Amino acid sequence: MDYLHDLNVFLPGVIVALAGLIAIIIDAYKNDHGAIFGLTVFSLFAGLVLSVIDMFGPVGEAFSGMITYGGVAAFGNSVVLFGALFCVLISREYLNAIDYEYGEVYALILFATAGMLGLASANNLIMIFIGIETMSICLYVLAGLIKERKTGAEAALKYFLLGAFSTGFLLYGMALLYGATGSLYLTEIAEAASSDLIFIAGAALLLVGFFFKVSVVPFHMWTPDVYQGTPTTITAYMATASKSAAFVALLVVLSKMIPAETADWAGVIEVIAILTMVLGNLIAIVQDNIKRMLAYSSIAHAGYLLVGLAAGTPEGYSAVLFYLFAYTIMNIGAFGVVAYYERQQGLDFTDVNNYVGLGFKKPLMGVLLSFFLFSLVGIPPFVGFVGKYLIFAAAIDAGYVALAIILALASAASVYYYLRPMVYMYFRDPHKDVPLVRSGIVFRSTLVILAALTLYFGIAFGDLHNLLSSYYAADWVTHLMGH
Amino acid sequence: MISIDWFLALSALLFCIGIIGVLIRKNAIVIFMCVELMLNAVNLSLISFSSHYGNIDGQILVFFALAVAAAEAVVGLAIIIAIFRNNLSVDINKVNLMRW
Repeated sequence: MDYLHDLNVFLPGVIVALAGLIAIIIDAYKNDHGAIFGLTVFSLFAGLVLSVIDMFGPVGEAFSGMITYGGVAAFGNSVVLFGALFCVLISREYLNAIDYEYGEVYALILFATAGMLGLASANNLIMIFIGIETMSICLYVLAGLIKERKTGAEAALKYFLLGAFSTGFLLYGMALLYGATGSLYLTEIAEAASSDLIFIAGAALLLVGFFFKVSVVPFHMWTPDVYQGTPTTITAYMATASKSAAFVALLVVLSKMIPAETADWAGVIEVIAILTMVLGNLIAIVQDNIKRMLAYSSIAHAGYLLVGLAAGTPEGYSAVLFYLFAYTIMNIGAFGVVAYYERQQGLDFTDVNNYVGLGFKKPLMGVLLSFFLFSLVGIPPFVGFVGKYLIFAAAIDAGYVALAIILALASAASVYYYLRPMVYMYFRDPHKDVPLVRSGIVFRSTLVILAALTLYFGIAFGDLHNLLSSYYAADWVTHLMGH
Repeated sequence: MISIDWFLALSALLFCIGIIGVLIRKNAIVIFMCVELMLNAVNLSLISFSSHYGNIDGQILVFFALAVAAAEAVVGLAIIIAIFRNNLSVDINKVNLMRW
């Protein structure tokens, strides 16, 4: 009966993994992409509903303490499934247009999502390792989807070699933590933690591995190349779902496993956050390729998220969770609109200079892109503003005033590169008349829903914020951190 | 009885050789072999700690690490073949279309 209970609380993961297996079987026997697409959307939606319900349910451990359910884990699962669902919804039309719609794509997305669910619910280093690797190995394959083109193969190779390299550090960190404490359970490690060299080296190596996966400076080198070479809707998946899962796990590791008094971890994260925000925004300014621009912008957003982690307070952690959700909505939207333009024939629509005059040709897409870019800048009343404000406030409350000021200045600098495509779209005349193909109904309505969500959670953020804060009200984190 | 320090020192040494190999070699397959060396060096550490503590958890992680390394090899070699078909070489200096 215990197993039934455990399977039941991890039901989203079970559904998604089973759907992946069925998708592969359908692909092998019938090669029916419509059925696979339907199955994928259905399983992701079912998982999303279940984990959203879990967000309000009890908190506990399952599978002999390997995973946790409810609370932060359920919220992480919801964000991951939300990201995966919306990326799949916009993927079909885009992949069809570029002639790369395979059944395997959906199966790989489902397997990667199952890995991410494990990662976001992990309570043990083994689970973190399996989660990260299940996710990464599927993503290496997806990055190389356009393998006949040089940029596609190059993206896959760079992602794979750097990813495998970082796995080495991650695993060595786990080995040293195990050596220092004699356990692989996060809470037991925290209890046995001390300031001796092995523990600090282990925690540092583990963090290096995580920093690679969430692409913060100086471990960000792979991000722009991989984001550029990967099909755009898959890039959206990598940039949102995988980053959210890795960030939730990083948050759990920092809050649950590494006691603040063992070393100056907040100082380390502070330095990396500053580097990431400054470099990510500065390099984004000079990018002409809009996918590389969004890649550097995602690096900059990882920097903002680190500010919340550096604060290390319950407010900081709940702000990070909120921001992950905000970031997922607006980034999928932005990549989705870019995918729409990119698949048009005639001009290279990854180049921002070719966006001139587009705004009036297809008014809906122009307005949607403006919504998402305004939200990424952090202008009220969009959700990006609320996320940034919560992180900013948490940093000030925790006494990181300098960090908060750099966050504000960095996001002021980001206005330039976010607004540049919009200025081109609305205030310049097109140099060549390129006919734009109309987008399908699923694609369009998915983007409209995302735009509505950026607006909805930008105005009515109170309930979600209260829910996230309640996770930190009276449970293990406050107990462990001694707040 | 050999003390655990020697095993850990050997493991750290192998790990460093792996890192140096990844950083200085230019052939994608050799780089991948160096990554595998790093993973196996870690496995050695895990097994020594596991036997030192008399606790099975470390050895379980080793099994997962082996399985992951195998899966990574499958995907990695396929990607290297794709690179070879595009460039007729697996020299990573020639994989330089995208910069900055």
